[in-house]
Amino acid sequence: MGFSTRYRGNILVVSLSGELDHHTADELRQTVEKELDKDIARHILLDLSQLVFMDSSGVGVLLGRYRRILAQGGKMAAYSLHPHLEHLYEVAALSKVIPAFASENLAVNELKKDEGLRR
Amino acid sequence: MNGWVELRIPALSQNESFARMVVAFFALQAGDWSVAELNEIKTAVSEAVTNAIIHAYEDNLDTGDIVVQGQATPGTLEVTITDFGRGIADIVRAREPLFTTKAHEERSGLGFTVMENFMDELTVTSSPRQGTSIRMVKYLNLTTVQ
Repeated sequence: MGFSTRYRGNILVVSLSGELDHHTADELRQTVEKELDKDIARHILLDLSQLVFMDSSGVGVLLGRYRRILAQGGKMAAYSLHPHLEHLYEVAALSKVIPAFASENLAVNELKKDEGLRR
Repeated sequence: MNGWVELRIPALSQNESFARMVVAFFALQAGDWSVAELNEIKTAVSEAVTNAIIHAYEDNLDTGDIVVQGQATPGTLEVTITDFGRGIADIVRAREPLFTTKAHEERSGLGFTVMENFMDELTVTSSPRQGTSIRMVKYLNLTTVQ
């Protein structure tokens, strides 16, 4: 699998490609953890447009990052869910914790929705 | 088309993608599966093989084998994944959604739930210290018709 990270304000955007399974989960876990340790990210946004395969090991690593960002008061979202992942998203009820949006901008709007209220 | 395939691999995580690709290619040449169905088959195989690596052999690199068998008859794909590891102590509990013995390792506990949802039949047989066999069947077009 491949992935890249970038920041959009205080949002860590992680673009995933290829296949996320037990074998590749560790690499993703370490990369995201390293970015979160920099204390720049308030939220995490996943670009899933190029991720053509994911199993429950992938769900495990995503939920692990979700728990951390939630504990820091942040949120997690995804956009451009690849059609291959739709059934897994449904079975794992992932939409409840990592809602998937049609575009990056829609997802960013959701992540930043409550921020103005707190300031 | 009738046919079969048998693959014996060491229980290493890099073989997870290999195992699911082999079964997907086998299914593809044996039946008229949709892309969505092939993806479900791949995911179910990945769950079973990963379970064998993580639970049956406990991620031990000096480990045992996993045997992946595929059987195709017209309209049906049967996949059996067998390991020779520690066995499952409580199959009913293991099959419960979100149940995992390895929560500290960020396991989601959804492996069996995914297998059940993505395939049409799932049978688990297991004996302590002898191993586990997961038999899964998928019927062509059954899921797409619904």
